[in-house]
Amino acid sequence: MTRKAVALISGGLDSLLAARLIQQQGIQVEGINFYTGFCVEGHTHAIRSRDRKRAKRNNALWVAEQLGIKLHIIDIVEEYKDVVINPKHGYGANLNPCLDCKIFMVRKAHEWIRDNGFDFIITGEVIGQRPKSQRKRCMPVIASESGADDLLLRPLCAKNLPATLPEREGWIERELLRDFSGRSRKPQMALATEFGFDDYAQPAGGCCFLTDHTYSVKLQDLWDNRGNREYELDDIMLLKVGRHIRPSKHFKLIIAREEGENNFLSGYKNQFQSIKTVSHPGPLALIEGEPLDDSQVELACAITARFSKGRDADSVELRFSNGGQDSRSVHVKPLTADQIKQDWIIA
Amino acid sequence: MSDIVEVDARRLFCPLPVIRLQNCINKQIAGTRVRVVSTDPGSMNDIPTWCRINGHQVLESQERDREYIFLVQKGDDGSEG
Ligand code: SF4
Repeated sequence: MTRKAVALISGGLDSLLAARLIQQQGIQVEGINFYTGFCVEGHTHAIRSRDRKRAKRNNALWVAEQLGIKLHIIDIVEEYKDVVINPKHGYGANLNPCLDCKIFMVRKAHEWIRDNGFDFIITGEVIGQRPKSQRKRCMPVIASESGADDLLLRPLCAKNLPATLPEREGWIERELLRDFSGRSRKPQMALATEFGFDDYAQPAGGCCFLTDHTYSVKLQDLWDNRGNREYELDDIMLLKVGRHIRPSKHFKLIIAREEGENNFLSGYKNQFQSIKTVSHPGPLALIEGEPLDDSQVELACAITARFSKGRDADSVELRFSNGGQDSRSVHVKPLTADQIKQDWIIA
Repeated sequence: MSDIVEVDARRLFCPLPVIRLQNCINKQIAGTRVRVVSTDPGSMNDIPTWCRINGHQVLESQERDREYIFLVQKGDDGSEG
């Protein structure tokens, strides 16, 4: 009887190698990839004009194709909120709840194998590779708190860990698994060469925006000023785009930095108050927060004008729109660079 | 010819157009045709790749006014539920 494993596919090299090691032992492998909303994949490339032309690919799909396996992409945006908002094990260096995130994903994979008649789960985790979630003592925590227990096999470091059910049952030959540990990437690169994989995605920080410092600052600012930590998918998408300036507790501006961001933000014009320069070429700005009074409209326009081609003009005309309903024209003198206070700039 | 099932994935970014297509295809029987419209240029790679690895066939693909339109037929093997 052919045993079946599901592999957590992040799109990086480690999950590619882990899955291949198991395929080599005659196990039928399929992939699972989770979409949290914070994934770095694609979004910013698709938004920014200068990146639009660059050939891009979804790395998880690419990995699946290299392996010749099916890939199931699962939207976990809603359920994942609780992981980000209330991580039992806390955050890493930024707002990345890596340990809780891993537990959550393995738990989802465990549910998935039960529903789909698979035998066990594999991940590309390596002991000691990342600061927090991949310490040796975290490995049993992930296995037990996810409920997967000994159905969770990490082929790249299995020899450093107690034998799992697939090994004890003889579905998998433990001797053929690896004993990688620590931060060096050399063993992975050597194995990639052995398997004939090249052109794989290089690890660039974490697998998601939550490990990014500036992104985390913007998310924290959003939470602080709303007075709660709830968020919607649109909120976290908008944190990936534009210059964020908060001149008051009541509102912030999201100002496009280039054409692609202008197009992206204009898709939100019906949901937000917005400002567009009229007399000069300039960016579109969305206003996130409470409805503005007249003096706030003037301030928001003077800030936006600062980022237009009319920044040195005596007067710039802008159009202030109220969520796509009514709009009016506003004339302001752009703020000078000094008048934009440093502590207004979120990122 | 059976009807075509439509999936509107406009204004969504990678991998959401693929997820929308996948969730729709999973509910269909083999042979059903699904048309998906996306505005994310990444779809030009992602949708055909997803179809290839999961055993579905892209019958047509075209780009029109910054929209990417694919006509996909569900494969026999695509019964992932
Ligand atoms: S980097 Fe992001 S996706 Fe990766 S484990 Fe940490 S929180 Fe989860």
